[in-house]
Amino acid sequence: MHQSRAQTVAAGLGFFSIGLGLAELIAPRLVRQALGFRCSDSVVRLYGAREIATGVGILIAWKRAPWVWARVAGDALDIASSRSPAGIAALAGVTAVDIATAARLSREENVPLPRRYDYSNRSGFPRPADEMRGAARTKKERASGPPSFDTTVRV
Amino acid sequence: MKALCWHGKKDIRCDTVPDPQIEDPRDAIIKVTTCAICGSDLHLFNGFIPGMMRGDIVGHEFMGEVVEVGSDLRSKSAKLKPGDRVVVPFTIICGECEQCRRGNFSVCERTNRNRKIADKVFGHSTAGLFGYTHLTGGYAGGQAQYVRVPFADVGPVKIPAGMPDEQALFLGDIFPTGWQAAVQCDIQPEDTVAVWGAGPVGQFTIRAAVLLGAKQVIAIDRVPERLSMAQAGGAIPINFEQESVIERLQELTQGRGPEKCIDAVGLESHVGLKHPDTIYDRAKQALMLESDRPHVLREMIYVCRPAGVLSVPGVYGGLIDKFPMGALMQKGLTVRTGQTHVNKWAQDLLRRIVEGEIDPSFVVTHTASLDQGPDLYKTFRDKEDGCIKVVLKP
Repeated sequence: MHQSRAQTVAAGLGFFSIGLGLAELIAPRLVRQALGFRCSDSVVRLYGAREIATGVGILIAWKRAPWVWARVAGDALDIASSRSPAGIAALAGVTAVDIATAARLSREENVPLPRRYDYSNRSGFPRPADEMRGAARTKKERASGPPSFDTTVRV
Repeated sequence: MKALCWHGKKDIRCDTVPDPQIEDPRDAIIKVTTCAICGSDLHLFNGFIPGMMRGDIVGHEFMGEVVEVGSDLRSKSAKLKPGDRVVVPFTIICGECEQCRRGNFSVCERTNRNRKIADKVFGHSTAGLFGYTHLTGGYAGGQAQYVRVPFADVGPVKIPAGMPDEQALFLGDIFPTGWQAAVQCDIQPEDTVAVWGAGPVGQFTIRAAVLLGAKQVIAIDRVPERLSMAQAGGAIPINFEQESVIERLQELTQGRGPEKCIDAVGLESHVGLKHPDTIYDRAKQALMLESDRPHVLREMIYVCRPAGVLSVPGVYGGLIDKFPMGALMQKGLTVRTGQTHVNKWAQDLLRRIVEGEIDPSFVVTHTASLDQGPDLYKTFRDKEDGCIKVVLKP
């Protein structure tokens, strides 16, 4: 079963998020200058923690769409904090990828996966499975007891 | 004759090799009519089990017709004679040692020709196996046109005339393996049984648990077609890529956890970002710091109801890491495992097939010639083309 393109992009965004978050934690001034943030280093570090949290969430979540939408919300905050046209342009580019991925994941994760091979008629039983429940306990075993692991069978 | 031979990691070829010969008075030569690729063959194919040598014939699920017997089998009272149709259990048994007399056939004390190596590795040797490394005797396997069967006076199971190969074949391994996995859980009518892995062994385990009367059987896998087959057999499916196994099992058992948990996955559990421990295991495996990936064992120990039973038919070969021994001990869990004592169950299961209680052929999804075997190893490993069970016709 292969991952969809949106799942692959989401995984990439997860790693990107963790990387950016680490940079914001370790070198907040550099990131602040590069993206034109008008806030303190402490706030940039908080942004970094947010990035790492959403990145880890994307990578380990059963459903990734909510975590990618959380990135979109974070992107909006980043754009609002920036005063640099170049920074805003870069952040807007990432936001576009986030929105497209989140929208596609939302669609994918809310529909059942297609089943190419249908083995739903392969029970191996002569009757519906529910009617076979306990069948091994109701024939000859009724007299001799159910099969036991400790029974010694000689060849 | 033609046979599938191991030539290294991910390299199995259909070679022309010498025909087998009678080597011992208790031997028989079987002309193989049908054989199968087992999930545990994939561990050899992927190079996770040590002890293979270039040119070894693989395969331990096979059946066929007796064409030649050793001198001990030539009397009128002999159990086997040329012309008999037999299924050959994958465990080779002598029928005479103390373990065989106790019914512990898979740990027969006499049939492993390389017992000194096995004694060193495992502490004590286990039975010889067909086509499964030199640690278990280095016997030629059954994915071939002919195979030599040692101790043929006790091991092979005669098949009644008229029963199709596809119904009988799995008596040699996966049907009794699934059955033993369920029986050793001591299933009670109020039990929930959770089965990890809906491959061929998992499928038979599910049906065994249903026949033995479990209130609820749950199948855990990620492949939709395998889950659909599990559902057909009476299981509630959980796709671990779409939902949390722990949360779903708790929900299905009102927070108590399943009483019985069965690992039909073994050492190659799926590696995915959603289970970070599997990435850790895979990395350690790559660095040769751990041989097996025990994600399923960890999950079973965590979710199993206290005082429950863990049954492990899945194959493990060596060492595992981060094993939650504390939880296992504190919860008072019982672990039962081992290779299958095929001869303990085979006659009873044959009767169930004859009486129509179950038709094991449901699991076959691919039938091909021996020449196509190497390609089908890849198809089976990659779970492509809806592949669940491959049967080969030599």
